[in-house]
Amino acid sequence: MVKLRDYLTYRGGPGHWSWILHRVTGVGVFLFLLVHIVDIALVGWGPGPFNKLLFLYRYPPFRVGEIVLVGAVLYHALNGLRICVIDFWPEATVIHRKLVYAVGIVFTVVFIPTAVYMFSVILK
Amino acid sequence: MDSRFRGNDYVPKGRVAMRPYRVRQKQGEPMNGAGRPRPESGLELYAWMFMRVSGVVLLFLALGHLLIMHIINNVDNIDFQFVARRYATPFWRTYDLVMLWLALIHGLNGIRTLVGDYVRAKGWQVATLASLYVFGFILLALGSLTIATFRP
Repeated sequence: MVKLRDYLTYRGGPGHWSWILHRVTGVGVFLFLLVHIVDIALVGWGPGPFNKLLFLYRYPPFRVGEIVLVGAVLYHALNGLRICVIDFWPEATVIHRKLVYAVGIVFTVVFIPTAVYMFSVILK
Repeated sequence: MDSRFRGNDYVPKGRVAMRPYRVRQKQGEPMNGAGRPRPESGLELYAWMFMRVSGVVLLFLALGHLLIMHIINNVDNIDFQFVARRYATPFWRTYDLVMLWLALIHGLNGIRTLVGDYVRAKGWQVATLASLYVFGFILLALGSLTIATFRP
């Protein structure tokens, strides 16, 4: 049986970390999607219940969670693209490490300003 | 082809070749691709292909959705009236419906993969997958009904 420690100490290189992050962000986004389907279903009950529920999402801890969600979706999307590139174009295996770093760079460049902006909106 | 690329038959020696999550993988089994190895045929191949195709489509749909609903607009100015204005056009209803189906099935199949990896006992595997499918079907129906039946 593979233990949690084995996942964290396994020396698979950068690909191993992107694999862990892909799973963690995937499960996180999936769990949010389940909640999101149920909360939006409230629009079927008219403006009253729906607008009342939105107070929950305006609560600052939820807004921070929203930033984490954006980061998770963004990472999962970029890393998924990397998986597609290597799966459909095996020659790219030669630069697989560079692709992992490219995902990290694009993620940082897009996510940092987005997170700063979203955070500044919360403070307003 | 680049001489450094030795094709799908190339298996690095030693521990690197073993994926910790693929418990059934034997030493010497070919490593191919960055994701789950491409299945030979059948339903598993369709599932493998679906994850990649839906993933690329969702890259645009989900990131577009986040940009419009969580960054340009946000929960401060989204309310029932906002949804009503948005759902007056069939375009956004279709957008949301396609995104809902792709995202939920993509997610359910992802969880199915995790169940295959982490739930070892056959009985638990059947139980987990059965509840996953029932739960998934209910949410797919609930979400679709919400989008299709919305009246301002």
